[in-house]
Amino acid sequence: MQQLSRNGILIDDTFAEAFGMRATAIVITAPTLKWARQAAITMTGYATSVIGCGCEAAIDVDLPASKTPDGRPGCRVMIFAMGTDELQKQLKSRLGQCVLTSPGSACFAGLEGTAPLDLGNSLRYFGDGWQISKKFGGKHYWRVPVMDGEFLCEATTGLTKLAVGGGNLLFLAADNTKALNAAERAVAAIEKIPGAIMPFPGGIVRSGSKVGGKYKGMLASTNDAFAPTLRGVVGTALTPDINAVLEIVIDGETSDAVAAAMRAGLKAVIDFGPKKGALRISAGNYGGKLGKFHYHLKDLLP
Amino acid sequence: MKALTFTLIDQPDERLDLSGLTPVALAGLSEVQVSRLRIGTSRNPASVGDVFKVAGKDVNNIVFEGGSARFDKVGTGLNSGSMRIIGDVGDQAGRRISGGSLYIEGSAGDHTGSCMAGGRLEIKGNAGNYLGGPLAGEMTGMEGGILIVRGKAGDYTGDRLRRGVIAALKGCGDYAGYRMIAGTIVVCGRTGAMPGYLMKRGSLLFDRRPENPSPTFMPCGEPDIAFSSLFDRFLMDENIVNKPLLGPKPGKYGGDNAVSGKGEILFRQRDRLRSD
Repeated sequence: MQQLSRNGILIDDTFAEAFGMRATAIVITAPTLKWARQAAITMTGYATSVIGCGCEAAIDVDLPASKTPDGRPGCRVMIFAMGTDELQKQLKSRLGQCVLTSPGSACFAGLEGTAPLDLGNSLRYFGDGWQISKKFGGKHYWRVPVMDGEFLCEATTGLTKLAVGGGNLLFLAADNTKALNAAERAVAAIEKIPGAIMPFPGGIVRSGSKVGGKYKGMLASTNDAFAPTLRGVVGTALTPDINAVLEIVIDGETSDAVAAAMRAGLKAVIDFGPKKGALRISAGNYGGKLGKFHYHLKDLLP
Repeated sequence: MKALTFTLIDQPDERLDLSGLTPVALAGLSEVQVSRLRIGTSRNPASVGDVFKVAGKDVNNIVFEGGSARFDKVGTGLNSGSMRIIGDVGDQAGRRISGGSLYIEGSAGDHTGSCMAGGRLEIKGNAGNYLGGPLAGEMTGMEGGILIVRGKAGDYTGDRLRRGVIAALKGCGDYAGYRMIAGTIVVCGRTGAMPGYLMKRGSLLFDRRPENPSPTFMPCGEPDIAFSSLFDRFLMDENIVNKPLLGPKPGKYGGDNAVSGKGEILFRQRDRLRSD
């Protein structure tokens, strides 16, 4: 494979392959940012990959009190799924179990999309007849009485069909610490990009996968070409100086958001340099036949 | 294009029905046709030309220079464009408005904004009784839009209100929110006797504790709810008030328990705000 070089780091001339997804966003507020984030973190737990979780979700950005509808601190959460029905199902159950239940929470639409998805419209029944509907300023809200006051929730949020899931970067390093250093730098940079989330733990995934496996029923299995312990026994993508690889997976509200996030991640890791960070940067794809969106690393370099 | 302007020549000697002088009704009419429209309601009814001097051509922007308490049904059925009355109006101004804006620089009579369904109706002075309410035989009152009275509103404000926002910014008479079905009524200043009398659902939002609540309203504490700041922001964004109405932790009464009891009176806690 041809390689470029930036600041002493090799960049594979390859591309990340990503897919069209359905996405929505909500704004969660609470009396303090701590509790807004707590509701958001709980709601986006077990939402790393559509393969096993039904959706991919994470906090997009924290919002100061001046930027939220009710003047309390909050955060914007994005949720991605492969289909509208699954997205609605995940949104409803996560909202009901994780946001409704969180102290002092309120929930608002975070996206003006092409179609509405139910928020308060499905949770209002928890009010058992005492829920209050309020329509003003062109919006519809539900107020559900709960034990600490009221759960205020906008009736619907928006759905976008322009979302993209599966943008990624692979950081190849001499050891685990250096790979993690590089990946953490990338996560910090990508967190600042609006409309892009990294659904894996802390934004980082260590078990990158390939499609299928030798066992029946396995949709995905370990990416052996990038597993350093198998370097000598499989067709490997690793050179002898690489002993750890970490990946960042990016879902974006639009294709542009994914590209901006990958650009920011690349820049952060390249600026950090190879001494304590990555020796080489690559990206994952399936030969270009499965995903509609291709992000070539060489186009995204600083 | 210059606003279509009706300048009052002299105070009318009969009540006038001005429901025909709206953007939709006047579209496509010539100046002569407009001046011949009959607006009087007596046995020898006056026409537009007898009462007004007409100038301008833009029917989507209608101005009445001069008003009278005999101007009834101003802006009936307005659904787009804007109307401004520089003076007082009579009864049923803005009846069944569904869009556009109607601005009355003087005071208005009874049944102002009756059954309005959308748009914005603003009165600089006072308004009479049954603000937004239905006429006899009609089941529901106002169903949408924003109705603002900068002065004082009369009795039975928001009778049978179903949706939308009514604001009376210098107080209101007795029975505000009478038979309310849903919707929101904002009152700054003193409220009369028994606000929310027979209300089923909906919200009465006051800037002070009601002086004479009905015995069928029950105190519900001082809930810390996000709705109060959300609605305060809406009121300020719409230039209805220039400072928060409810503030945090408003006081609450629930009622009217003489009917379904799902309505509420939320009011600003003045004492606590001072000590905070």
